[in-house]
Amino acid sequence: MAEPARSRPAPAVEVRDLNLWYGTFQALFEIDLDVASGVVTALIGPSGCGKSTLLRSCNRIVERLGYVSTTGSIKVLGHDIHATDASPIQVRRHVGMVFQRPNPLPLSIRDNVLFAQRLHEPNRRSRSEQDATVEQALREVLLWDRVKDRLHERATSLSLEEQQKLCIARLLPTKPTVLLMDEPCSALDPAATTAVEELIWSLRGRYSILIVTHNMAQARRASDECVFMLMGRVVEHTPTERMFVAPARQETADYIEGRFG
Amino acid sequence: MNPGETPFHATPLEQRRQLVQRLVRMLLLCVTLLLLVPVLGILGVLVFEGAPALSWSFLFDKPQRLGAAGGIWPALVGTIWLTATALAVALPLGVAAAIYLSEYARDNRLTRLINLAIVNLAGVPSIVHALFGVGAFVHFLHFGESILAAGCTLAVMTMPVVIVATRESLKAVPKAFREACWNMGATRWQTIWRIVLPNSVSGILTGVILVVCRAVGETAPIMFTGAVFLRLVTPETVFDRTMALSFHLYTVSTQVTDVPRAVPFAVALTLILVVLAMNSIAIWFRMRLRGRKKW
Repeated sequence: MAEPARSRPAPAVEVRDLNLWYGTFQALFEIDLDVASGVVTALIGPSGCGKSTLLRSCNRIVERLGYVSTTGSIKVLGHDIHATDASPIQVRRHVGMVFQRPNPLPLSIRDNVLFAQRLHEPNRRSRSEQDATVEQALREVLLWDRVKDRLHERATSLSLEEQQKLCIARLLPTKPTVLLMDEPCSALDPAATTAVEELIWSLRGRYSILIVTHNMAQARRASDECVFMLMGRVVEHTPTERMFVAPARQETADYIEGRFG
Repeated sequence: MNPGETPFHATPLEQRRQLVQRLVRMLLLCVTLLLLVPVLGILGVLVFEGAPALSWSFLFDKPQRLGAAGGIWPALVGTIWLTATALAVALPLGVAAAIYLSEYARDNRLTRLINLAIVNLAGVPSIVHALFGVGAFVHFLHFGESILAAGCTLAVMTMPVVIVATRESLKAVPKAFREACWNMGATRWQTIWRIVLPNSVSGILTGVILVVCRAVGETAPIMFTGAVFLRLVTPETVFDRTMALSFHLYTVSTQVTDVPRAVPFAVALTLILVVLAMNSIAIWFRMRLRGRKKW
């Protein structure tokens, strides 16, 4: 595997020798991966290659999905998320997840944004603090001006694009460091895709973003680094511009050019 | 294709198929209509035979001459007590079990065993439930013959259907909501309490009320556990014994002499009306809450 060349701060996520099994089926093989801090890293590869599984390993949500066993380690900001004193709840607070289909909860816009914070804090914050949290999170996802007058309406009354932005906004009040996104634009129309991509790009720097995508054009225009996976292994990890111009491996070239997958 | 025919002209083979298709459709419709006959027949006979005896004083008076005359008020009230007790017991237990099975349990041997037990419990005849109720509630738990013992017996009997109804309602809450909660760091319980239950409570309540009300028409489970032949006062606590419509129907039809012909029919009609009324309340409740559905 080619190492990315550029020098940079400590990685946001360090995966070392990760193997993962669903029951007896091995989905991930010896994954070694450094997700750079403060940039957008795209995970590409054909369906079933383990992208989503790898993503779901980073906040330990795979553990909720049935008989999963893993070996190896994953560190977020230098701390092992599988350490005996590490709680999956706290891991998920620091590592947020955005899904393919926008899935706002059946609550008001305001309650959606405050949901995670209320989960994690035993005491209710004051009304004005909550208002500030909501405004800040919605401003960060460029949604504030559009929804500020209808914060008490149902989140499901928003358009899909706005719902997806809300799903990003609701992660922010718990101050995550890493955002995981599983094909966040594939349920959206082209205009909404552009809007959400631009949003993701604007979050870069403040958050480290790991995004699964099937859309090569999206990976190319909206990521700094690109990771190509095949059959549960990481095949290549390089800066995006290099992967699309001069992939090091034949499989990568074949996939990017649409010869399979 | 013969000259002069359009390409879309039905061939003889196709015409025959069309005929068969119409015949099958008619046959299925007739069978379906046939199933309506018993329902309409029961209602028709009950109304026709029972309506003359039905009056306000029949509903609200005490029975006289062992039920041959007078009214059915204590039995009517008793049935409502039994229903409420059975609901109060079945609802929390059944919902708890259903939540465990659908939100927590993994697909392992224990879960399969529990599911098998539930299915089998549904197949146990009601008279066997009655004997179980006598042993477990009347004697072992010292409830005595009482509304409590009878209500518990009814609750145990309806438990399988309560669990199934609740699981269906829980399953109707989209998985995406649970995923969203879990990924924000919610425990399973936080997810259930804040999202799953608020969005399934209408379905759960309606389902449970429907299945429990159906059970109060049963005679066997209550006749050894709390129902009595004659008790002229209405119950005051769950430790009282009580008359009940279903059991009263049994006694006036078979045990008491000189009962006017219309009386058993009137009792049966009242029983059906009570069950129908409770079902209508449940259905009204569901319609109301469904109007507020949020996704």
